[in-house]
Amino acid sequence: MIAETGLAALWLAATLAGVQLLLAWAVVARGNEDARRLIRPVAVAQGVLACLAMALLIILFLRSDMSVYLVAANSHSMKPFIYKFAGAWGNHEGSMLLWVAVMSASGAAVALFERALDRATHYATLGAQAAISLGFYAFLLLASNPFTRLDPPAVQGQGLNPLLQDPGLAFHPPTLYFGYVGLSVAFSFAVGALLTHQVNARFARAVRPWVLGAWVLLTFGITAGSYWAYYELGWGGWWFWDPVENASLMPWLAATALLHSASVLAARDALRAWTVMLSVVAFAMSMIGTFLVRSGILTSVHAFAVDPTRGSFILALLGLYIGGALVLFALRVHTVNEGARFEPVSRESALVVNNLLLCVILGLVLVGTLYPLLTEMMGVRVSVGPPYFNAVIGPVALLLMALLVVGPLLRWRRDDAGAVLRRALPAVGLGVLALIAAVALPSPTIDWLPTLGLGLAAAVGLASLAPLWKRNLLRTPLFTYGMVIAHLGCAVSLAGMASESAFSVERLAAAKPGDRFEIAGQTVRFDSVMPVAGPNWTAMEATLTVSRGNRVIGVARPQARFFADPPTPTNESVQMTRWNGQLYLVLGEQLEDGRWQLRIWWKPFVTLIWAGGGMIALGGLLALIGRVRRERRQGRAQAREVPA
Amino acid sequence: MRRLLPMALLLAMVSAMSMPAPSFAQTALPPAPYANRQLDDPALEAKATDLMHTIRCLTCQSQSIADSDASMAADMRSEIRERIARGEDPEAIRAWLIERYGDWISYKPTAEPILWPLWAAPILMLGAGGLLVRSRMKRRRGSQP
Amino acid sequence: MKKAMKRSLILWIPLGGYLIFLIVASLGLNREQQTVIQSRMIGKPVPVIDLPEASSSHPAFSTGDMADGKPRLLNIFASWCVPCAAEAPQLLQLAQRGVRIDAVAIRDARPDVDAFLKRHGDPFQRIGLDARSALQFHLGSSGVPETFVIDGKGIIRYQHIGYIGPQDMETILQKLKDAES
Repeated sequence: MIAETGLAALWLAATLAGVQLLLAWAVVARGNEDARRLIRPVAVAQGVLACLAMALLIILFLRSDMSVYLVAANSHSMKPFIYKFAGAWGNHEGSMLLWVAVMSASGAAVALFERALDRATHYATLGAQAAISLGFYAFLLLASNPFTRLDPPAVQGQGLNPLLQDPGLAFHPPTLYFGYVGLSVAFSFAVGALLTHQVNARFARAVRPWVLGAWVLLTFGITAGSYWAYYELGWGGWWFWDPVENASLMPWLAATALLHSASVLAARDALRAWTVMLSVVAFAMSMIGTFLVRSGILTSVHAFAVDPTRGSFILALLGLYIGGALVLFALRVHTVNEGARFEPVSRESALVVNNLLLCVILGLVLVGTLYPLLTEMMGVRVSVGPPYFNAVIGPVALLLMALLVVGPLLRWRRDDAGAVLRRALPAVGLGVLALIAAVALPSPTIDWLPTLGLGLAAAVGLASLAPLWKRNLLRTPLFTYGMVIAHLGCAVSLAGMASESAFSVERLAAAKPGDRFEIAGQTVRFDSVMPVAGPNWTAMEATLTVSRGNRVIGVARPQARFFADPPTPTNESVQMTRWNGQLYLVLGEQLEDGRWQLRIWWKPFVTLIWAGGGMIALGGLLALIGRVRRERRQGRAQAREVPA
Repeated sequence: MRRLLPMALLLAMVSAMSMPAPSFAQTALPPAPYANRQLDDPALEAKATDLMHTIRCLTCQSQSIADSDASMAADMRSEIRERIARGEDPEAIRAWLIERYGDWISYKPTAEPILWPLWAAPILMLGAGGLLVRSRMKRRRGSQP
Repeated sequence: MKKAMKRSLILWIPLGGYLIFLIVASLGLNREQQTVIQSRMIGKPVPVIDLPEASSSHPAFSTGDMADGKPRLLNIFASWCVPCAAEAPQLLQLAQRGVRIDAVAIRDARPDVDAFLKRHGDPFQRIGLDARSALQFHLGSSGVPETFVIDGKGIIRYQHIGYIGPQDMETILQKLKDAES
């Protein structure tokens, strides 16, 4: 009965979404009073029902109900608990249901908690949200029903892809989903504001917490995913510019730009059309990402089964919603005044340049990702990979970081160039010192990009603290701390990336028991290889003793694993984290002469990459809390202009 | 498995199919001598590694030969290390491979005319964006409506 | 006035760009997915490589001596490769029809090749060993099995990627015939 209840809940929720859309139309176009009273309860009920359906699917997976097709195809009765749980979204149908549930839940949240918007725009927003949800309900119910029964039931189930059997699966996809879908709220706000001609500072203040929330989750999701790939792939890489990775990066870039332009709109009531545009683009990128990944239109290292039919469905939704929003934008936005022009030396100008650079990066990622598709149509197959992305995006990203040295030091409206330079002097000085140090350090391979990166990281690190300079730290608002921490996180992450790419040491070896290998002042001793068995896998496990001088630092046990259901080999690498970097150990194949292949890397300060990512997310979270608290405190009172 | 894997596993999904491990005997021979062995000269090894990271693995979905366990990738790593050790220029090796497999094999887009827009993209975007930004700034002299 | 016109035109640019994306995406979606990499060596002479013996029963050979006036097949296979066993009956049939087939065993060992021939039949005239995929790289070949049609002048005329099924026989024979001219 559980599956049937879930399906019924979904149909009911879809119906309510349709009702919600009609009600919104009645309110906005006709001013209908009854509709006005009904619309918010309907939105909440829709959200509750969609979440109920998701909960029921999770229960089916936990109970290993093999009479449900989806469970039989993706789960296995012998699987550990957490993977049964996470397996609910470790497949196409379940993940789409999660998508819909999150989308409806955020619609419900907009209905319940949004206070900053004017009423008409609020209802128009709820209508837009219902319209998007409706498309996804259709996709779910017509093309990917998660509750289909299997008759007769399967005995055991086919099992989950072993590469997904990792704690990462439990939180990585949901976080990214919440982020993706959170951007749908910004999209609905933009459509609502365009419909009611209310693109103004109030709109910006209303949309900002939602964008912040989505952005925090995206940042966290991408950071966690990068670390997951780093240890799971077993080759020490943490970003591959793979289409699937790019698909997650693009919405993040758009959301980052949106966040900054919304703060200009909120503070200076300018960049109206631009901010609306970015709201549309951000969600467009979420959907384009979904499309690229789901349709299998591009080949990716991240293995997805190809299904062009589903791709067509998503593409149709994309055309409908994003195309519709862009038409609305073109028709409506010329009535929107962009606001006053800016002084070249001012906070808002810096933010405009920030937006420009972020959008250029976004454009380059998009073009680079899609270009092979384009040339293939002309009969030429090409690959666009890391060498391209690093070469063109690296410099733009460094430019962005350079901007970050002065940006937060600038005042709104108008600033004096000389005074800004004086304020930035300590940071620039530190940056130059770091640059000199980086050049002086002995490394055979150091490139100009990482060298500059190290210098800029130092400069940005110091500059990002400047907004706290000479301030009463107790009375500094929380969102200022958020900004400081997020910017500091950028510096930390950049330092990690630059250090990893400039100073990593690689050691490939063929080892027999007793062999020792020196790497970056540490000794790795190869002790033994033994077979071991886990709940649903067997493995060869090496024992490696790592020491520094005479002191043993630790023992690492990398494995070459083999999963039986479905039969798949994986590598379980081991990372030994020290304060100044990570030792990355992988057990490879056995050679003819009985020796074992070992891959060892020393990656100095590589952990800063993800620590920085975490700081960026944390900064966003603090800013979110700070904003929400301030909005609440100010109530309906006209918000003062606040420096962001 | 016919079912799709979740889209959101954005980063961590390695293609299992393209990563043969010891248990799947893929070949009767051990990998070529320099498949998993570094060149003694660190400068040459760095050259080889840089090149390997930009050559696409033929039998994998979307990986460079430097990041793959596939036996063909291993053989190609060895081929590249040996050629570098013989003093060949990395770009000459890339050209040699492109001659045989087409531009597809190189992750680094070449200077083929069909790829010009790709290299022009950053300049065009920065230029267009710059104009857009300029239109938002106050001019020092003269008044704009 | 003119300024306003210009501005409203600019507003349609995002939609235009987006439509281009939609067109590319939908065309891309409906295209035939190519997963194999075609060699670019078609029409060029076979690279000359001396291959050592791969089996106890067949002579080694050099790819340089294939230009003897008559076309032949160059089959790339391996004893550890499952599809290679699947194409063995078709190769035998071709051999029975008088097609000359030279083979290259990839990353293989002599006892394994011997066992493979014993088990799946032996359509080959000569078998060379390519222990490190070197010939494959020279040929622009990206996997096993693959079969090249070589004409009498030692020029590569056709590349068949993947195993030769019964449905591919006609194509192969046709290509061999084409290679005679």
